[in-house]
Amino acid sequence: MAYIPVQEGLPGIRSLVQYRPETGKPLYDLVQILLRGPSPLSPAERELIAAYVSSRNECGFCMNSHAAAARCLYGDQEQIVDDLLYKNNQTELSEKMQALLAIAGKVQKLGKSVSPQDIETARKAGAQDEDIHDTVLIAATFSLFNRYVDGLASFTPTNESAYEAMGKRMSENGYVFPNQ
Amino acid sequence: MAYIQLNNQLPGITGLLENRKDTGAPIRELTQILLRGESTLTEMERELIATIVSYRNQCRFCTNAHSATVIALGGDADLLDKIYHDPENAPVSEKMKALLAIAAKVQELGKSVKEEHISRAKKAGATDLEIHDTVLIAALFCLYNRYVDGLGTYCPEDPAYYQKLASRLATMGYGSPKDPGVRIGEESFK
Repeated sequence: MAYIPVQEGLPGIRSLVQYRPETGKPLYDLVQILLRGPSPLSPAERELIAAYVSSRNECGFCMNSHAAAARCLYGDQEQIVDDLLYKNNQTELSEKMQALLAIAGKVQKLGKSVSPQDIETARKAGAQDEDIHDTVLIAATFSLFNRYVDGLASFTPTNESAYEAMGKRMSENGYVFPNQ
Repeated sequence: MAYIQLNNQLPGITGLLENRKDTGAPIRELTQILLRGESTLTEMERELIATIVSYRNQCRFCTNAHSATVIALGGDADLLDKIYHDPENAPVSEKMKALLAIAAKVQELGKSVKEEHISRAKKAGATDLEIHDTVLIAALFCLYNRYVDGLGTYCPEDPAYYQKLASRLATMGYGSPKDPGVRIGEESFK
């Protein structure tokens, strides 16, 4: 049971934006631009960063839903997602993505733990300013979402098929503010 | 110098929001609604939530900016000192103490917020919406603090900078692009 009276049956973030649409709308706008707007990072790579940060923040709802979206978007390379999240195996990822995930992991802990050295490593692996910007802001944004979803104890489905359906919808439609 | 090239010379968050207006617009809109929109929490109370989270995330720019805003809204140095070091003895209502305790838990991790923290706030008179907004403000500053420090943005040392910024935040708010609030931090500090 969520800590506040949200509509029963709606999962995670959807129940919260339905409870307070005024704040929900800019949250959806932000995540749509960040994960689907113009970026040198593919939507699959951005979903992977979101899932990775959510996993480190121990937010099951966000991790499972964004992992499902990332699997859909990686297509026949979907194994990348579970390798990272469950085995911390990054061998199939580019050096650039490995360096960006290291930055995302630092951001998840604390902004100031990102060092000039972390940035330098990413640049040497080919990351440009926009890759670095988007990585930091995605990691920061999921540090918000994870706390919002778990801080209010919103409903977290436990069946795998619920996330599969969510991931499919997120990969096909992006983040469209739900009709009330 | 920030870790990435910005299209301006503005410090802290002001430079980042100006640099990327596409992501900046929804972040500003959310902040304006949460910190200045209609609420049964006062603007000061909401700024205290921003301050305690920024302090605990060790984000100097955001701590300085929101502490100065607390002062601009009528707070004093003793209040801030208690918010940083001893919030249970801060000169605020029991309800605010309970909400500040929730914010501090959100700063750690979402799942650190337990039933007991929520029931304490409800017993002290907090409404569901106040609890919702406390959690979301605390979560929002977990975003801001990481964005500002994760990109190594410039943090001015001069207290006069924060006083000026705070007087705008206190009188004009956080603004959507059409509002005067958008001019915050327009002067170059580096």
